[in-house]
Amino acid sequence: MPALPRTTGLGFKPQHFTDMMATDTIGFIEVHAENYMGDGGAPHAMLAALHDRHALSIHGVGLSIGSAGGLDHDHLARLRKLIDRYQPESFSEHLAWSSHGAAWLNDLLPLPYTPETLATICAHVDQVQDTLGRRMLLENPATYVTFASSTLSETDFLTELVQRTGCGLLLDINNVFVSATNHRFDARAYLADFPLFAVGEIHLAGHDTEDLPSGPLLIDSHGAPVADPVWALYTQVLARTGPLPTLIEWDTDVPDFATLLAEAARANAILHAAEGQQTDAA
Amino acid sequence: MQPDSHAAQQQAFEAALWQQDPPAGLRAPVMAEVAQRFAVYRNNVQHSLTRALAARFAVVEQLVGPTFFTAMARVHIAQDPPQSPVLLGWGATFADFLDGFAPVAHLPFLGDVARLEYARGRAYHAADAAPVAADALAVADPATLRLGLHPSVQLFTSPHPALQIWQAHQTGATRRPLRAGPDHALIGRAPDFSIVTAPLDQDTYTVLRALAAGDRLGDATTHADPTAALTLLLRHGLITTIDTGVSP
Repeated sequence: MPALPRTTGLGFKPQHFTDMMATDTIGFIEVHAENYMGDGGAPHAMLAALHDRHALSIHGVGLSIGSAGGLDHDHLARLRKLIDRYQPESFSEHLAWSSHGAAWLNDLLPLPYTPETLATICAHVDQVQDTLGRRMLLENPATYVTFASSTLSETDFLTELVQRTGCGLLLDINNVFVSATNHRFDARAYLADFPLFAVGEIHLAGHDTEDLPSGPLLIDSHGAPVADPVWALYTQVLARTGPLPTLIEWDTDVPDFATLLAEAARANAILHAAEGQQTDAA
Repeated sequence: MQPDSHAAQQQAFEAALWQQDPPAGLRAPVMAEVAQRFAVYRNNVQHSLTRALAARFAVVEQLVGPTFFTAMARVHIAQDPPQSPVLLGWGATFADFLDGFAPVAHLPFLGDVARLEYARGRAYHAADAAPVAADALAVADPATLRLGLHPSVQLFTSPHPALQIWQAHQTGATRRPLRAGPDHALIGRAPDFSIVTAPLDQDTYTVLRALAAGDRLGDATTHADPTAALTLLLRHGLITTIDTGVSP
């Protein structure tokens, strides 16, 4: 199965269809799976045309892989249909949950890291990979709280998950910086412990800042340029991994295409500089 | 369920999203700030679902204003949250909710404006089907002819001037006085993916209703001239199959 190219990609927004079809400077596009689960019409026509021109990453936000109650079989079937139809170069989802019971909560909610949740999520990843017939990537979350019940670090949890299921990881460096700031730990120490060998894609995005009495609380908004400390962490990661497929993620207050291309160019320069570095990532 | 199990924790977390206090068992560097941190999740849930509704019901939001819409959406979301992660199908019950929501009782057309917007969204995502050639009807006998319409085709009717109100809120709309209802419209998706929202007179609406129900052209047009209905369907590529009623 072809992989994503080790260059920069952009999240696709319908208002940029003509620009996306014309550009040669991006390596791949990424879409949210759930936006392409209608029966037909413009979304599918655009995605088919774009995938003729660009490699495709399908990024799910609807699987709720951390649900204690099990996966939604109907949704897994929809994903299978979408992936069979488009044969994307990558499929990824989130280490999070969004539904417990009937209501769909439409947010990526946090998980405690325990042997119990590890077993649950490993079983779900196995189920997804078996159903889809392919390896998936799982993304590290941006979080605002942690759990008293957690007994594993996030990096140990992800390392164990990779070893047990063979899945890959989507390293969201903005999420690392957001969580590190929010929980007052060192992002570089987190990345030193992160199983970089399993990373198949990197996400870069912007965040917002709220002020708590004790200091900043960063919000993973996907509505701003990538912040300088995130660029610095990205450079440090690539120095260890060599170039990796890298997505500029901008989902709210989406700017014009030129602004997105400028962000992509900045990532490309860092990717280019990392060529020839040791490549120990998958 | 064990009280400290993963399932119990998620149940408590979800319940707290709709309540005042955060669930037990959360941690933060400064414990006094747990509630403010948990509020980010509560806000994300409310805000993202409200924006999903507003994207689908943009004219309803214009009619009541964004502040009122947000408050109204909060009531609807609490009563009838989405059941599926595929939000492009969400909103089917919003019009019925508006019909019964006392604070908007003075806007009796609001539910029908929402029905029109929902129908347009369904047309946008409906299955694909290729139109027949424009001259394909020429040889058929109207007495036996049945038409298959595009999956996006929906017929809209309102006792209120709901279509005119919707039209007045489109970008670049010219101001014109409202006529009294009823309003009728044909909704569908043209081959170029544009969404058709065509006003209909009573006769054309009646003909299209009959054709969409599978009536033979001859039966559908007993009381009205079908020319306007057929012209509209052909112009927008909304006839996808023709059954001449004659065995090949």
